[in-house]
Amino acid sequence: MQVEVVMAGFGGQGLMLIGKLLAEAGMEAGLEVSWLPSYGPEMRGGTANCTVVISDRPVGSPIVKNPRDVVAMNLPSLDKFEPVMKAGGFLVINSALINREASRSDVHVCRVPANEIALQCGNARAANMVALGAYIGCAGILPIQRIEHAIQETFEKKPELAKLNLQAFARGLELAQGQGKGAQ
Amino acid sequence: MAKKLMKGCEAIGEAAIQAGCRHFFGYPITPQSEVPEYLSRRLPAVGGVFVQAESEVAASNMILGAAATGTRVLTTSSSPGISLMSEGISYIAGCELPVVLVNIVRGGPGLGGILPAQSDYNQATRGGGHGDYHLLVLAPASVQEAADLIGLGFDLADKYRNPVMVIGDGMIGQMMEPVEFRKSPVLDLPPKDWALTGARGRKARIITSLFLNGEELEALNLRLKAKYERMAREDVRFSTYNVEAGYDVLIVAYGTTARICQTAIDLLREKGVSVGMIRPITLYPYPYEAVAKAAEAARAVLTVEMSMGQMIDDVKLSVLGKRPIHFHGHAGGVIPTPDEVVERIHSIRAGFQS
Repeated sequence: MQVEVVMAGFGGQGLMLIGKLLAEAGMEAGLEVSWLPSYGPEMRGGTANCTVVISDRPVGSPIVKNPRDVVAMNLPSLDKFEPVMKAGGFLVINSALINREASRSDVHVCRVPANEIALQCGNARAANMVALGAYIGCAGILPIQRIEHAIQETFEKKPELAKLNLQAFARGLELAQGQGKGAQ
Repeated sequence: MAKKLMKGCEAIGEAAIQAGCRHFFGYPITPQSEVPEYLSRRLPAVGGVFVQAESEVAASNMILGAAATGTRVLTTSSSPGISLMSEGISYIAGCELPVVLVNIVRGGPGLGGILPAQSDYNQATRGGGHGDYHLLVLAPASVQEAADLIGLGFDLADKYRNPVMVIGDGMIGQMMEPVEFRKSPVLDLPPKDWALTGARGRKARIITSLFLNGEELEALNLRLKAKYERMAREDVRFSTYNVEAGYDVLIVAYGTTARICQTAIDLLREKGVSVGMIRPITLYPYPYEAVAKAAEAARAVLTVEMSMGQMIDDVKLSVLGKRPIHFHGHAGGVIPTPDEVVERIHSIRAGFQS
């Protein structure tokens, strides 16, 4: 079993963080993981992405040209990574900022208005957690409790933020599960 | 200690502390600034000293001074910064002082870029500065190995009274992977009976790289040569991948590139093609014999690097013309993909059948 996921969006949308939470949860689940950021000049203002690999054997290349899954938080990210996804993968689209449908018909698509849901939870900045929830909800690669635990540990010293983020994560999860496994 | 998800740069910093290093002198440069950032917090907390020097040249002389007192000392930098330190590094080699240097390589030449590269292989393995000297060079391929080799590096620096360089690239520095800080097996290290600790009650010691008398300077060079020969006998390290199954092409790659080739080998195996790999861990001393032996079992050798071809010279020195040697490389931060390596293997093997 090996899953590669690219999490991509604008710098500042918190993609690095949800990638790290995913990697931590994978590690706690006893799997091999790697987390690789894009650290080029695009970090500030432009697109930012990280690649997380979760595997049951040592991770070979941490750079992945054709990831199985993609979480796209903005249009440039969807345009860039949708075409290179593996068939049968899971694609999470932040429909609050992306006003087009997926163009691939051979991947599972889950659309969530992450920014709007986050705002309903009390802070638009938690949109990343909604997306993470949606991703876990549709791809189901790790036990939900592992992610919740990683969120709790990360925001250990800020219980208010932990609560907000857990709520946003739960809403994303719920929405994705409501969409079943998405369109084929 | 439980596994922790850490960036390569942070793991390097923590591993140095675990190895008893209490002194860091350096200057920030991407993609390794997280090492000084981490140590600027951690070192004061364990009673150590962190100094951001005014330049890399200054830092290289500060580590010389600290090492002369017998304490464990670290500096970290990236390619252009290492070039600036080269004067100090040559002096350190001439003074026979143990220090650990980290080079998180970025693309060059010149100011270059900040993306991963392996273009400092020649600089690292052939000395880098002026004079007849070598660093002992260790090349990790994962965050865990980076941490392990920092610990080992401090021991080897003390064992040989020689500067040790741990060389990675932007990917090793920036990537997060699980890491566990293991108690490194402590080598039986010689006492530091040369260290400048205050001469009260004993004869003064001198640490210098200045020898105006030709015979004396040659004696130093002969001593260094003997040291490098001992390294080649006792401390060559490498690992292999998929060699047990038999193979007709042997890949030689190190560091990040070896990870990419490992994935390529897995992809090829799914298609029934068996390719072996040897990964040098010590770039100096180079595993010449092991590469030669591994190449004997193959019909051809493929060297993969993130450079325009530097380690390939050592592969040629290993194989000595007995097998054809192919090269695949990218530079400037462009990273070879597993698919490219797979394709290259196919084209090499197509050549066998024709």
